[in-house]
Amino acid sequence: MTSESLWSIFINASLVNNFVLAYFLGICPFLGVSSKLDTATRMGGAVTFVMLVSSVCAFGIQMLLVAIDAPYLKLISFIAVIASTVQLVEMFIKKVSPALFRTLGIFLPLITTNCAILGLALFQTNKGYSFVQCIVYALGAGAGFTLALVLMAGLREKLELAEVPDVTKGTAMAVMLAGLLSVTFMGFGGLGG
Amino acid sequence: MALPAKSSTDEFIKGLWRENPVFVQVLGMCPVLAVSNTALNALAMGLATAFVLVMSNIVVSSLRSFIPKQVRIATYILIIATFVTVVDYVIQAISLDLYKALGAFISLIVVNCLILGRAEAFASKNTVARSIMDGLGMGVGFVFALFCLGAVREILGAGTLFGVQLFHDSFQNWVVMILPSGGFFTLAGWLLLFNWLEQRKAKRARLATLSEEAAR
Repeated sequence: MTSESLWSIFINASLVNNFVLAYFLGICPFLGVSSKLDTATRMGGAVTFVMLVSSVCAFGIQMLLVAIDAPYLKLISFIAVIASTVQLVEMFIKKVSPALFRTLGIFLPLITTNCAILGLALFQTNKGYSFVQCIVYALGAGAGFTLALVLMAGLREKLELAEVPDVTKGTAMAVMLAGLLSVTFMGFGGLGG
Repeated sequence: MALPAKSSTDEFIKGLWRENPVFVQVLGMCPVLAVSNTALNALAMGLATAFVLVMSNIVVSSLRSFIPKQVRIATYILIIATFVTVVDYVIQAISLDLYKALGAFISLIVVNCLILGRAEAFASKNTVARSIMDGLGMGVGFVFALFCLGAVREILGAGTLFGVQLFHDSFQNWVVMILPSGGFFTLAGWLLLFNWLEQRKAKRARLATLSEEAAR
């Protein structure tokens, strides 16, 4: 159990140790879904929601696993819970907004293999956060992920109009942009204390 | 089934260069960027991933006619998670330093899109022998790519390779290469190189066909 304040957890997770730009978690959707601002915002929302739910579940599982003394089942049970949460969110979105379901397309089921979510579950266990701290941590990580995704999408929309050399088109350009964003985010170092 | 013309050596070779998982398919980026700050970390991570890839390919392809289609993804993930747990404990037993350096990224091999991608795209449709070759090829390609990144980052960022001093003391380290952004820049550099090679090859092929037609 740590005594970190909730505010510092939030700032740390969203800005200082941004999941995408400092921990390199969730790079696949970051490069894949960041070409349109609109899709990026919604993807961020979906990921944040899944993070929140799986964070709560992971907290429960961890308590259970400690109780029955079976730490080697941690990874398997975490991933099983995340996979079913994603399935749930997928059904929910399909029912509520079919348009959004079509825009997110293949990336919705791929949230399962988004390392940011499993990473979150593992980190919160390693850090020994309490229940409330876990929720704040998940919200911060989700906000950070959304922020990075939205910034990236904004930049890429502008780049559509720019003339770049043929060699740099596609992933190479996206990775370079991510590098620049990452340098920018290093400026937040020391903010969370 | 794959085309009969393709031998299993081809399955092995394709992962090395033509369909290199990192530089061409851009799969499994997270560990590639995160643990490639030194050549040793990169190599260890690559080997761990390659092991999981080969093992999960074997199990998935040998069970491919028993796994129901609806729950296949969940089944693959559970198979992968089992092997990752094994690797996690093995690394912890062999070298605690390495285990600390790689941190949560060993567990995160579970969600490496490369492994799930190969299980879904290849192992679930091919025989065990072919899947082993595919896993080995992709695994070696992955190790190669990780090593390329790790070596460049370590040489420029710390002036060493596998901890051995390479330059004179007056060499100023490029600290940025060790930091997260250095990972992005190095990867971008390698991607540019690959794009350039690819374009040059395409141009040559075009010129060759043109001159052939002219000769005719």
